[in-house]
Amino acid sequence: MHIVNCGAGNIGSLLNMLKFLNIEAKVTDDWRELSNASRIILPGVGAFDNAMSYLETRDGLIDELKNKALNERIPTLGICLGMQLLLESSAEGTSHGLGIISGVCERFSFDDNNYNVPHMGWNNVTISKPSPLSENFDEMRFYFVHSYYCKVSRSEDVLFTTNYGTNFASGISNGNVYGVQFHPEKSHKFGMKLLKNFMQA
Amino acid sequence: MLQKRLIPVLLLCDGMLAKTQKFKRPCYIGDPVNTIRIFNELEVDEIIVLDISRNRKVPEFEILQEIARECFIPLSYGGSVNSLETAEKIFALGYEKIILNTAAINNPSIISEISNKFGSQATVVSIDYKKSLIWGTKVYADSGRKRTPLDPIPWALKCQENGAGEILITSIDHEGCWKGLDVDLAIRLRKSLRIPLICHGGVPNISYVENLFFETQINAVGVGNLVVYQKQGMGVLINYPKNKSIETK
Repeated sequence: MHIVNCGAGNIGSLLNMLKFLNIEAKVTDDWRELSNASRIILPGVGAFDNAMSYLETRDGLIDELKNKALNERIPTLGICLGMQLLLESSAEGTSHGLGIISGVCERFSFDDNNYNVPHMGWNNVTISKPSPLSENFDEMRFYFVHSYYCKVSRSEDVLFTTNYGTNFASGISNGNVYGVQFHPEKSHKFGMKLLKNFMQA
Repeated sequence: MLQKRLIPVLLLCDGMLAKTQKFKRPCYIGDPVNTIRIFNELEVDEIIVLDISRNRKVPEFEILQEIARECFIPLSYGGSVNSLETAEKIFALGYEKIILNTAAINNPSIISEISNKFGSQATVVSIDYKKSLIWGTKVYADSGRKRTPLDPIPWALKCQENGAGEILITSIDHEGCWKGLDVDLAIRLRKSLRIPLICHGGVPNISYVENLFFETQINAVGVGNLVVYQKQGMGVLINYPKNKSIETK
């Protein structure tokens, strides 16, 4: 398992959980190292533009990431900001995303004072289409922290749905590429199951 | 639907887990790493760790690291975080949120420094306050030891403006007293803020929380006594209600 270093992202908790699950993980921002990957996680906390410009400063990294995901069809999972980076752009910034999945990110905006932004806390996740990630779940409940959400162009790319004032895609997928808006590494048994499922994908 | 939050607030005091009453008389509860491991097994959905040791200058990184290693839930830490560098170290251990209190009072720009780098969702300000006939309702610094001229609601709004993503509010008069939250101020603050608010100090039992969630817009509560004691006047018992019991109401 290779984890792509996107700069400021805090990956301590992800590494803690993978270690607990006995999954060997290497953190890298070097395309040569990434070219050995058999499974990739694109984590991320922070701002869209910061993460993209960090990736851009690493020579060949973005190309290799796209090559792995699109040509070699390696199982790839974007988490939170990492999911948003898979799309083409975000209202959070002006950078281009990776464009691996077609869509854009928009900001939550509510008139109702009952809905705070960021959307933060545990929320339910419903399955929009079957995938290896959601196997053997009776109930799906995960921890979220985000102000922007993914709007994919093709409805068949929606993997999971969550309601927060509006229904949004809390998971997306296209073939071997997956993105989840929530934090499996912070969602105890639910997150462990999802990461184990990703290992089988 | 977003789940309402019942969050254990655990106090570290000189390397031990303790529970106070009105910020005084810390009582020994147990070893922090073991206790938090129990909470992890109980599938608690989030934990706040606050170091209240009197003379601490820097966080106890080793204990904090041990806690984070096996705790796969959102973790927040507060206690002698007074610089961006210290905050960075805590984040790197696997904590999601930094809680500022005295440091934010002394230097409000630390809120925006941390928030700009790590995001507002990672930046919490904790506000302790006390009511008195002479001084009115004032914010206290240094774990309740030092009165400031700040009023809690305007101060909370200022923190929000500076980039805080969440406020933890604690009534010193209610903390550890089993007599219910200071609901009046909590509701007023909830109405004024845009960001999430955790109300802490005095929760007596679960049905109290259920009613509060049902009747008010308060949607996050911090609990201490409730999850470390069997009941009022009885011994230590690490416990946490099953998720369903809060949601069914």
